[in-house]
Amino acid sequence: MSPSWRITITASVLLVACLTGSVLLLRGIDRERSAATLEEVLYISSPTLLKRMSLGYDGLLADVYWTRAVQYFGDKLIRGSEHFDLLAPLLEITTTLDPHLLVAYEYGSNFLAPKIPGGAGQPQRAIKLAEFGIRNNPNQWHLYYDLGFIYYMELGDYANAEQAFADGAKVPNAHQVMRIMAAKMAEHAGNIQTARLMWVTTYQTTLDPNVKSNAVAHLNALQVDEDVTSLEGLVSHYCETMGHLPQSFSDLAAANMLRSVPVDPLGHTYKLMPDGRVEVRVPDDLPFIEKGTPIGYIPPRMPKLPPVK
Amino acid sequence: MSGRILDIASNTFREAVRDRVLYNLIAFALLMSGAAILVGQISIGIERLVVINLGLTAVSLFGIVIAIFIGIGLVSKEIDKRTLYTVLSRPVQRWEFIIGKFFGLAGTLVVNAFFMSVGVFAALFYVSRHFQTSDGWVLVALYFIILQFLIITALALLFSSFSSPLLSAVFAFALFVIGTFAEDLRGFAGLTKGIVRWLATGAAYLVPNFSALNVISSVAHEQPVAGQLILSNTAYTLVYASMALCGAVLIFEHRNLK
Repeated sequence: MSPSWRITITASVLLVACLTGSVLLLRGIDRERSAATLEEVLYISSPTLLKRMSLGYDGLLADVYWTRAVQYFGDKLIRGSEHFDLLAPLLEITTTLDPHLLVAYEYGSNFLAPKIPGGAGQPQRAIKLAEFGIRNNPNQWHLYYDLGFIYYMELGDYANAEQAFADGAKVPNAHQVMRIMAAKMAEHAGNIQTARLMWVTTYQTTLDPNVKSNAVAHLNALQVDEDVTSLEGLVSHYCETMGHLPQSFSDLAAANMLRSVPVDPLGHTYKLMPDGRVEVRVPDDLPFIEKGTPIGYIPPRMPKLPPVK
Repeated sequence: MSGRILDIASNTFREAVRDRVLYNLIAFALLMSGAAILVGQISIGIERLVVINLGLTAVSLFGIVIAIFIGIGLVSKEIDKRTLYTVLSRPVQRWEFIIGKFFGLAGTLVVNAFFMSVGVFAALFYVSRHFQTSDGWVLVALYFIILQFLIITALALLFSSFSSPLLSAVFAFALFVIGTFAEDLRGFAGLTKGIVRWLATGAAYLVPNFSALNVISSVAHEQPVAGQLILSNTAYTLVYASMALCGAVLIFEHRNLK
């Protein structure tokens, strides 16, 4: 082997060894340092300053900040965090850099508004974001829908929800459901049917599979809540009539109160408990349900959303 | 274009290729393919936007860096290597040398931008699985980026004709940064009074206006670009680049090369 080849091989081996060593050392350093310190830093918090510093390439910077917001929210959600301090500032920077980035308003308000653990529990910041989106994109009826959705679902504020839906209904090519929703809000219709209509509309008007999946999960949850309420009502009625609780759903069927053993939206039969309560068999597969869960049930940190074709 | 200008231009182009300037295309290809594949996994709903924003930003920044760093050496390198004397001892006018260098580098940047554009559209097709009519506006954005290159190349040549490469790079880059704030500068000038207003307005109109040449964000959102803006930007670039080239020719004509 010539001296030149020996040097080449030695240098190559050393190069690979040093590269591996530096990676291993960096991993060690990362473990020693607090991850929270690294992720909770927003070096420049002024959206206007960032826009100026982007030298006109603000579109790309907005995409970077949007991706950072998604990663931040997803990471916090998985870890079951109750603090989402940087989410609203990240979304504000994103939308100031690119005021036409509709996806940031649509998803961003849905990250901010829902209660913890499903969201950041910041409906007022979500409203601010949606209103900023409407100011910059007044012809996007979906943004009015999102605003009305937050007012209705998170705050139960029918008057403002009605106003948002009514304003959105005036937008050219607005979905006809906007008028219906405005009317429903005017009736103060805080019931399951109204909520179902909203989720069906969400399902029908989005092309995004994640949003569709979320809508299906909420529709399933509404169905379970309605079924459990109805079944427990039948159990009470049976108890009043017969003087004792039914042993199973077959007893209700025998008393002509049910046609067959009822099933949840996923096809599993409901369970009738000895104390007369009705439970679902696999609560983890039915996120967002408010009824039918076992006593003391703690839902998983990340909702298990159904697959959507 | 005279044959001599064409010869200088083609030699400048060949030299840039020999200097491995087009190697940046490899980095660009990696960037685009990485973005197209990865962004769908780490973000939500912005695959197309990222491909357009990242692609056009990369075309613009790569080209500006090449324009500045090649442009500043176009004259000084020839002087350092003493090849300029060989060229000028032949029947070649100094102005022809400057104009030839300009077209040579502009040609390099256009070829570079062409290959990058193919990459942008390939990545766009990969994430969307189809092309749509609004993708045509991406071509307008690319055209505006090429107009930026022409201005920067002319400015780099202007500075290169009287200054050292390092200072020329600083001047050209500073003017690029200032040029992105051109509209703000005119706004600030409007807020002042008296002689300051005249001076500030004059300075604001003297720096190149790069902000109007950047339509990346709007084409990413499928917003059309007005035909009048295309015409105005084209005319502005021709006038501004010609002005910078005239300055370069004037200085180089009177420069003592001994």
